[in-house]
Amino acid sequence: MPQTVSQPTVVASRHSLVVRITHWLTVIAFFALLISGLEIVISHPRFYWGETGNVMTKPLFTLPIPSSRDTVPTAYNYVMPDQNGWSRYLHFQAAWLVLLTGAVYFLVSLWNRHFLRDLLPPAGQRNLRAYTRVIASYLRGRHKTVDDASSYNVLQRTAYLVVIFILFPLMIWTGLAMSPAFVAVAPWSSIILGGKQSARTLHFAITGALMLFVFLHIVMVALAGFWRRMRAMTTGLPASPVTEERP
Amino acid sequence: MKTITRRRLITTGLAATAGIAGVTEAARLAKRYGLAPPDCGGIYGPGETLTYAASRVFGAHAMAREFPRSMISEKPFANEIPPLPEAFKTQQAVGFKDWTLTVDGLVAHPTKFSIADLTTLGRSSQITEVSCEEGWSYVAEWIGTPLAAVLREVQPAPQARFAAYFSVQRELWGSIDMEEANHPQTQLAWAMNDGDLPVGFGGPLRIRVPRQLGYKSLKYIDRITVTDSMKRFGKGLGSVDPEYGYAWYAGI
Repeated sequence: MPQTVSQPTVVASRHSLVVRITHWLTVIAFFALLISGLEIVISHPRFYWGETGNVMTKPLFTLPIPSSRDTVPTAYNYVMPDQNGWSRYLHFQAAWLVLLTGAVYFLVSLWNRHFLRDLLPPAGQRNLRAYTRVIASYLRGRHKTVDDASSYNVLQRTAYLVVIFILFPLMIWTGLAMSPAFVAVAPWSSIILGGKQSARTLHFAITGALMLFVFLHIVMVALAGFWRRMRAMTTGLPASPVTEERP
Repeated sequence: MKTITRRRLITTGLAATAGIAGVTEAARLAKRYGLAPPDCGGIYGPGETLTYAASRVFGAHAMAREFPRSMISEKPFANEIPPLPEAFKTQQAVGFKDWTLTVDGLVAHPTKFSIADLTTLGRSSQITEVSCEEGWSYVAEWIGTPLAAVLREVQPAPQARFAAYFSVQRELWGSIDMEEANHPQTQLAWAMNDGDLPVGFGGPLRIRVPRQLGYKSLKYIDRITVTDSMKRFGKGLGSVDPEYGYAWYAGI
C-alpha cells in the first residue's frame, strides 16, 4: 500500500475541498452551540420526562450546579449571572449554520459518492472481525497499522456515519421539538419523543454523546499526528510521510 | 481522473460559498418583504431573520398544540413578577372592576374596553402550554377574548404591521406582527382553568401568544397600539426584550 503514495501522479488530497470547508464550519457552529447551550441549561439545570416540567414538579435528574435564576432551587446559595439572551441568539444562529452546512455537505456527498466511497465500510469489512482487528490495534498502541493516510478504517467510518446520520439529525430534531412554533407546524415531532420535556432531556443527552465523539476524535487525531492531520483537513495537502520530508 | 475529480470538487466548493453568500443576500431581501424581525440588526441578525422568515413562510397558519383536559398541569408555576405599581394595587383592592384596555394607534375606532366589554365581544378557550425560555413549561386552560375579535372592533388601517402591547408595569412591553395578532389562538385571557385569572398568572388581563415562548405572553395588559413600524417604540427593536438581549421573535 505505501508504495503507491510515492508515485507522483496519484498525489490526492486526503479530504476534498467541500469536506474541509464544511468540517471547519461545523467545528465553529458546534462550539458556538455547545457553549451557548450550556449557558441556557444553567438557567434551569433540572430535567424532566414527558410534556411538562417546572420547579413545582419532580425532576428526572438535576445537575449539581448553581442556576442563573433565583426561582430554581439548587444546593447553592448564589445565583449565576444570566447569559440566556445572547446565548439563545447565538444558539439559533449557529444552528442555522450547522443546518445549512449540513445540507451542502449532504447533497454534495450524495452527488460525488463520498458517503459510498469514503464512509460506508467496504464490502469485505462489514463484519465483527474487521472492527475487533482495528480496536485491538488501537488498544495495543499499534494504531499506525490501521491508520491509512488516504482512507478511513472501519471504526472511523462507522463513527462518522453515526455522527452524520444519527446524532446530528437527532440533535436538530430534539431541538426543534422544543420550539412552540415548530411543534405547531409538526406536532408529531414532539409527540414521538414523548413530549417537550423529553425532547429537552434527549437534546442534553445527545450533547453528551457528541462531546464524547469530539473528545475521542481529537485524541485519535493527536495519535495519528496532530499537525499532519490538521494540515490535511485545512490545506488538503497530502498527509503521507513520504511528502513530509523537507530540507 | 484525479484531476477531474479535484476540479469538480473545487467547483462544488465555490458553489457552496456562493450558497452562503446567497443566504446573506436572502436576509437582505427578507427585510424588503417584511420577513425580517424588528431586531434584525447586529451580528445575530441573519439567524434571527432566517428563524422569523421560516416561521412566516412555513407556519403562518399553524395552530399551537392543544392538549386534553387530563394534561392540564396540577401545579403550574407562576413565574416571578417585578414589583407591581400602586395603580395596580388600587385596582386590585376593588376587584379590578375598573380595569380597562385601551386600543389605539392605526385604527379606525380607537376604543377603551372594560373586561366586561371584552367578555361580550367573544370567548375562546384553549388548553395550551406555556414554555419558558429557561426550559420549564406547564399546560393550562386559558379563557379569554380572541385578539382578532378586538381588532375587528377597532378596524386596523391597511398599513398596520404590528400590535404593540403594554403592561401596567410600564417597563414591560412587546409586540407581535398582525398575522400573529389575528391568529385564532392569540388571546386576551381573563380566566384560567375555569376560574378567575390569578394575579400571579397575569390577572386581570394577560395576552396569550401560544406559538411563542412565555415571555411574549405579557401580564397585566392595559394598552394595545396598532402601528406600521416599531421604530418609534423604545430603542426601535420591537419589544423591550432585545434591549435586554432577548430575541423579539420567540417561536423557538
